[in-house]
Order: sequence, then C-alpha cells, then structure tokens
Amino acid sequence: MDDIITMAERPREFICIVCPVGCPLKVDGDGDNIVVTGNACPRGDAYGRQEFLRPTRVVTSSVSVLGADSPLVSVKTKGDIDKARIPAALAEIRALTVRAPVGIGQIIAPDLAGTGVPLVATSAAARV
Amino acid sequence: MLEADGLNRPDVFDCAVIGGGVIGCAAARLLSRYDISLALIEASEDVSTGASRANSGIAHAGYDAAPGSAMARLNVRGSAIYGQWCGELGVPFERCGSLVLAFGETDSRALAELYESGLANGVPDMSLISGDEARALEPRVSPDAIRALWAPTAGITSPYQLTIACWENARANGLATFFDTRVTGVDCSGDHFILNADGGASVRARYVINAAGLFADEVARMFADSSFSIKPRKGEYILLDRDDSTPRRVLFQAPSAMGKGVLVSPTADGNAFAGPTALDQTDKADASTTREGADELRRLALRSVPGLNLRAAITAFSGLRAVGSTGDFIIRASDIQPRLIHAAGIASPGLTSAPAIAEELADILAAQGLALKEKPGWNPVRAPIERFAAMTTERQAEVIADDPRWGHVICRCETVTEGEIVEAIRRGARSMDGVKRRVRAGMGRCQGGFCAPRVIELLSRERGVPMDSITKSGGGSLMLAGPIRESARGFASEEEARA
Amino acid sequence: MTGVRVTDVAIIGAGPAGLAAAITAADNGANVLLLERDSHPGGILRQCIHNGFGLHYFGEELTGPEYAARFADEAAKRAGRVTLMTDTMALSLSGDRTITAVNPHDGPLTIKPGAVVLAMGCRERTRGALGIPGTRPAGVYTAGAAQRLVNLDGYLPGRRAVILGSGDIGLIMARRLTWEGAKVLMVCELMNYSSGLNRNISQCLRDYGIPLHFNTTVSRVHGAERVEAVTIVSVDDKRQAIPGSERLVECDTLLLSVGLLPENELTRMAGIELDPATGGAVVDERRQTSLPGVFACGNVLQVHDLADHVSREAETAGRYAARFAAAGSLPAPALRVRAEGFTRYVVPQRISAKPEGLIDLYYRVSDAVKPARLVVKSSDGGTILSRRKQAMTPGEMERASIDSAKLSGDTVVLTEAI
Repeated sequence: MDDIITMAERPREFICIVCPVGCPLKVDGDGDNIVVTGNACPRGDAYGRQEFLRPTRVVTSSVSVLGADSPLVSVKTKGDIDKARIPAALAEIRALTVRAPVGIGQIIAPDLAGTGVPLVATSAAARV
Repeated sequence: MLEADGLNRPDVFDCAVIGGGVIGCAAARLLSRYDISLALIEASEDVSTGASRANSGIAHAGYDAAPGSAMARLNVRGSAIYGQWCGELGVPFERCGSLVLAFGETDSRALAELYESGLANGVPDMSLISGDEARALEPRVSPDAIRALWAPTAGITSPYQLTIACWENARANGLATFFDTRVTGVDCSGDHFILNADGGASVRARYVINAAGLFADEVARMFADSSFSIKPRKGEYILLDRDDSTPRRVLFQAPSAMGKGVLVSPTADGNAFAGPTALDQTDKADASTTREGADELRRLALRSVPGLNLRAAITAFSGLRAVGSTGDFIIRASDIQPRLIHAAGIASPGLTSAPAIAEELADILAAQGLALKEKPGWNPVRAPIERFAAMTTERQAEVIADDPRWGHVICRCETVTEGEIVEAIRRGARSMDGVKRRVRAGMGRCQGGFCAPRVIELLSRERGVPMDSITKSGGGSLMLAGPIRESARGFASEEEARA
Repeated sequence: MTGVRVTDVAIIGAGPAGLAAAITAADNGANVLLLERDSHPGGILRQCIHNGFGLHYFGEELTGPEYAARFADEAAKRAGRVTLMTDTMALSLSGDRTITAVNPHDGPLTIKPGAVVLAMGCRERTRGALGIPGTRPAGVYTAGAAQRLVNLDGYLPGRRAVILGSGDIGLIMARRLTWEGAKVLMVCELMNYSSGLNRNISQCLRDYGIPLHFNTTVSRVHGAERVEAVTIVSVDDKRQAIPGSERLVECDTLLLSVGLLPENELTRMAGIELDPATGGAVVDERRQTSLPGVFACGNVLQVHDLADHVSREAETAGRYAARFAAAGSLPAPALRVRAEGFTRYVVPQRISAKPEGLIDLYYRVSDAVKPARLVVKSSDGGTILSRRKQAMTPGEMERASIDSAKLSGDTVVLTEAI
C-alpha cells in the first residue's frame, strides 16, 4: 500500500466525474488563485478545485468478526477521509476484530487512523 | 500418497496398473474380480485427468479401423459389451447412432470404403443411405449432405464418468490406489518390480500393466523396453449450451484428402460439441486451445449442421491423444520383461475399446502366469451418484427428508445440490475439477462463476483443509492466494464443527 | 407429499429487484411469496461493499449491503404479507404460471401464484463465451466471483492480476484487490471507451496508478497449473488483433469483467418472448411479459447501471403483479416501441392498450454519441419529445419520460449524432 502516491506534479490532470461527459480537467495555481481548465460547467470547476486542494474519499472494506455466521462484516468510513490517509486507514481496518452481534451503523472504530472519522459497520452479523 | 481404501495392501502387489485413465481403470475394474492384490498408480490427484478427460465421448460402431487391426477387433468387441459395462457401473450410455456425412462424390466413395471396412470388422446393422434419409434421422443435418453411412450401434457416453465408475467399482472390490505418484524409475533386478516414484515412495508388484497414456513409452523405457514411442495429437473442442440446435445423433464427416473432418455430437449430458481438431505435436504437456483451432472447428461444424448455435459456446478445451508409433494399439507383454504388459498407443477408438482391452489384458496376464481365480463376493455393480435434477419429485422429497443438503442447490446452471457435491467428495473428489467431473458443478453456462466459491467452501469443509489449499486440479493449481483477514482462515471448517 | 402453495404473487429472487417488488406488491394488497436461492436476501448487493448506491432513491450514498438491508427490513416489516423463503431455488416455470422450487427445509415445492415477478438477476460472461485460447489453469475468475471470494469469504483470488474489461465490477475489484495488498497490473478494454463510470475510472484506477489500456484484449492464457501470464494484444477498429502487437504480461490471476447476461432460463422455459437486444423478456410499461400475469424487473429484464433504477422498475412490476393477482387480467400489450439510429434497445418494448400517466423509457445507445439528440416520436411522424445531450455512451443507461396521453400508434426512440 506504500505505493499509493498523491501525485505532486503540476498542473494536475483529472477526469471530471460529475457527469458522463468526463471532461479532462487541468488544475494549477495556489492559494486563492486556483485555475481549472477543460471543464464544461461550473460543477466541473468545483470538482477540479477539490481534487487539487484536498482530495478525499470514503473507504469501504471489511473487518474480522468472531462468533458470527460469516467471517467478515463490511465497513465504511462515516464520511470522507483525506486520500493521503487511506493506507493508514486500511492498515487499521486490517488489524480490527469485532465480536458478533454487529448491527448496521454500529461504530467499529470511533476515530479511524486519526482521521477523526468513525468506521461503521455496513452489514449485520448475527451471533451463532 | 495412498488413499485410505487400501484394504489389501501387501508388501508386494500381484499386479500394479500404472495410469488412472479409462484404460487403467477399466483394467483395474476387470481384474478386481479375481483373487489378486491390485494397485493403481496415478501421477495426478485423481483418475481421468489425461486423455480420458477430454475426448469425444463416443462409443464408435467400429467401421473406422483397418480390418485385421487390434483397433478394429477391440472396437467392435468393446461396442458389443459397452451396454453391460455402463449398466453395471451406472454410467450414461445411449446408442443414438452415428451418421458419416458425404458432401460430394469423392466423399461418397469414402463412405463406401468405410462401409466395406465395417463389414469386414463385423459392425452390425450399418447402411448407406441418402441425404434425405439422413435428414429424416437427424433433421439438423445440412441440406448439402448427399449421402450418409448410418451406424445405429454407435453411442455416446461420458468418458470421465466411465473412468471414475470403473475406479470406484475396482476400489469397492479391493483396489489400492496411489495418487500423486509419478513413477520415475523401476528396479527390475528382483523377483518382483519395484516402482519408484518421485518423492521417495515405491510400490512393489509382480506384474505391471503399463496404461500410462502419453507417457507409456517413457514407462516402458524404465523397464529397458524401447520398442515403441508415443506422440501426442492435440484435439480441440468447443462445448455448446443445450439448445434447439443440439443434434441427437453423432455426425461425422467423410474423411478426405483435406482431413478427417470434425464431428458434431450430443454429449451424454445433453450439450453439443464440435471437434476434434487433429494436430500432431511433440510437447506432451501442451493441451492449450488456439484461435486457429476454434476457427477451424466453427467452420467445419457448420458444414454438417448449418443451424448449430455457436454463440452458445460454454467453453473450449483440448485433449492429447496418445498416438503409438505402430499405428495400432500396442497391447502385449513386453519382450524385455514379460511380466510387464503394455496397453499403449490407445488413441481413438480407445474409449470404445476400453472394456475389451481390459479383457485382453487379463488374458495376457493369465498367459504370463498370473493365476486369475474369481473371488467370491465380487460385486460388478457401482451405484452412480444420483442426479437431483433427474429425480422424480417423489424421489427428491425422499432424499431431502433423509438429508436436507440434497435440497440445497449449489450449482444453478446444472441444478447440482450440496448433497451431490458432498457425496462426490466422499467418493474421492479432491479438487474443483474432481467435483466437476463427478457431479457437473461448474460445468454449465456460468462455468462456476456462481458456484466455484461455494464448491471451494464445501471441499474445505468436507476434507477439513484450509480454503487456500483447495486446487483446481491438484498440484500447484491453487484456487486462492490466502485469507485477507485472520477470521476467514478455517471458517468453513469451524462452521461445520458448530453444525 | 409435496403440498401446493397458493399465493397472490410469487417473486423469484430477493435481490434489489425482488425485494422492492415484494414490498410494493404487499402494499398493494397482495400476499407475496419471495423465493431466494441464497441463504440471505440482498442478491449481488451483499458482496458490493463499496459505496455509491442509493443516491437517486434515498438521496444519500450507501454501500450495497446497506442498500439491500433497507429493502430487506421493509420487507420484514410486512412479514404478514411477505413470506421470504431462503435457500430456495426455483427450478421451473410453466405456461400456467406454476413454479416448482426446492429448499432443504420443505423439499420440492409447487407454487400456484396469481401472478409471478421474475427477478433472477444476471450472470457474468465467461472466458468460454469469449473464447480466449490457451491453457486452462486456476486463477481465471469473473470479477463477480472474485468479489464474492474477497468480500464474503475473505480470501484473495490471487496476488498479481490483469483485469479484462472495464465494466464497473472490474474497476471496483481493481481497487479492492489493491487495498487488500494484491498488485493489479492493468485493465484491458477491447473498445475505445469504458462502460464503467468515470468516477470508478478515476477513483479505482487513476488513484492507484493502474493503467487502463483501450483497444486491447487478452489473446492467450498461459500456465500449466496456476495462471503464469497472459498475452495481451492491441486490436484495430474492427476489434481484430493487430499482428505483432502481442505482449506477455506475467500475472497469477485474470479477472473478467466483460459483460452481464440476464439469467432467463426460467423465462425461456415458460415460453416467454425474449428481446435479443437486452437478453431479457419483452415487456410493456407495467413490466408484464408476453405471458399474462408474469412480470419481469431488474437485471433479469435489462442490465442496469444503478440499483436505484432496479428498485423503481421493480416497484412498477410489483404494483401491477398485485393488481393482476387481484383482477385476473391487465390490458394486453398493443403498441410497439422501436429502437432507431444509435438507440440499441428500449425497455419497455411494448405499450399496453390502456397506458396510464408518465411512462419511463429506458434505453441504451450502441456507440458513444457526442453530442447526441434523442427524438421520441410516433411511427406516423409526430414528435413526442426531442432533446439534446452532451454525450451518450453505451455504458450509461438513458431514460426518457413520456406522457402516455400523447401516444398514438407505435413509438420510435431515435438517437442521432448532431
């Protein structure tokens, strides 16, 4: 996972994901002076800025569950985390183990990898 | 590795069969009726993993082989006793008949020659018929076919079912089996042979049957017998889903200067296939399929059945036929070591001839001094694994009431239940392919897309081994790379422990 | 012996389509028997642990299991009307709407429903259907099978993977495998575009530097026991391999994400008319098939991009299945809906004799059209709807709502490049 790199080259290029057109965006600048080009609409501008300044993602995975009718319970970060924190988040997820029963929405880790974002269960695990 | 069924495991076996293909297993099955100690030695993890896994599955009528050859004699004899063998062993066999199609005058002359050969070989009930008569027998036959050779005694069977059934029956009658045991050298210095395998194991036997398929020449050389060689001939196939275009009879094309043609045939399971190609090669390990082979099959198959739905292709596969250097089956005692009996060069019509070859091998063993006395209590009957999909509703209710796993469908495409898969594993399936050959799980249109994960779980649970030790076909063919979480490891077996 | 079960509506499959149909049928007064072959409801969503579901339906982003659980919970709340039978495989459907099924608990079952909803979903295209030559080692998986192994069983199918096909499942699996420590070497796509969402290309491939090679396919599998390598090759605009462009890529796994096929074996068994373009049944706007009282919805009818659309479509099927069960009949299909120009197919393919309210036409284009114009018109020429769109791609299902009052005669759905 160490090879997940936030590319530092400039200008940065993205495919806009806002709609199916998929405009190729170029973003450059710093501070208040960010310039997005290649977008066909204002939503593309906003997306480009976000990806450039502070890309964030929801992480979905699964954790070990004991005493259940399945080996895993699926989980997600309850909100976006910084993209750069994904490797640390995944490492913590891998190390977690919970005990059945688990309900959907149950907090599995209150502050995942220091992101301030909790990890919650997205599937239930009944006790057997 | 010795399977746990070796009831009569003496220090020295009376007879050891090398090779768990249809020939080795048919021989073992026949010999298991005699009061001798018997072993089967197989290089891979299961029986029926070589040419017996991938061939046309046809019991030929017997007009193909040259009159006077062992192929001709054993084919016709094999065909005659096929019904009895398959009946006793619970193996599908249907005498659906075959048509050799002629598309022109040259082809028609070739039909006449086949007909003459057939008469000389003693093939019963053949007739030369018109194209229209052929289409009356099989409406899917091309309007371009002008004549046909009709052989009603030809039939279809399942080659791996037959092999597995022979093995199970032999095993029930006392056969000991060594899997994952590749014979690499033989010590012929004593009064019995010592067959040494890689990994240090050895099996001792007074008589040896060499049914090692592609490797029969290499086995012979271990006995200092280099009287023949074996070359692989690749045959590619395309398997098609069940469909209105599936023919009900075996359709050959007249052999010509352009080649032997390909056949279009129903399988014992109701699918259709087109094949085989015929490519002589040197590599005994290369059973890969090719773009060229598939293209050739598609083109030639449509000649016989223009309406064949090739879009319904489920899979392509190929088999390597063991072609002997003599041009005929090599079934005889070795000149160098008379207690070594060869059953080599068993290319087509080997599947048809297998029961007859087994009889002949027994005769040769007896002639070489092995006393073959029938043993009391030999049971010729092997019950097949019942197919849930083929049961009456009443029978389905009965088996599910007895064991609910028979009501749990695992393979959707072929409607195979957990009960059938568990039974296949109990009877000796150790891999995905082993399960597939026994009960068809994964053989349908989704090719295991849905059921492969379930079958891995069942193999793990029933055999009490980790999921990531399950293989597709033994050896290093591991299905999985490892658990992503500690809790996954051994989960299937824990589940079983709780149940 | 086997009892015969009578119910108003029998639904085959408790994935997103079957669950939504069951809830709506129950809310329309029907008693529902819901047959599910797996041991839990939810269908394929159970293994789709990534997020992105529910934005249209619930207005929030959910993971697959969460999305499924919302519907399963709603169905459970209607336990008096909705009976869920798990581990139950439907084995046959006959022309008189009789279903036979089996499960470990009840054994063989015969079900005589007033109406049937087909919600069996789809399966993945396989290597065999593509005819990729080579050896047949372990390590060739469809992306969905790999997804189940990782997300439900907790096992990695391999450690170095090549993915053929840039459908969404393949893209999602590229990230999933990467996150679990496997190396995804590349995604190969036969076409010059991806049928996957841009979002997935961006967040599942680009985020991790996984190359996506267009106009590229796998031409051979290598390896005796386990996959050892694949040959990839460039293709021309007729999708034919370009000689000399072959490249050997060492890997232990080949994942296939090369298309989904509606699972219509039961539909065929019942003699229901199928649309070769969708692989699903021909239906009218109520999702009634050519067999009166048999409805179809979700991926068994047409492969959807979004579970949200599946749910909506299933609600339509469930509502009218309940109505059919109560009334014994519905207006028969009367008008045809035809695909023209770049429109590859339209669902529904028929309009009934008495359509009501707004009708949603779902369609896909056969090629990327940028920009495109959609025209919905009567076959006699009158335009019902015309609109322009920046881009339409085969990977994106399109929808057009038309007022049924404006329909006269057959309807044409035309997509043209502008």
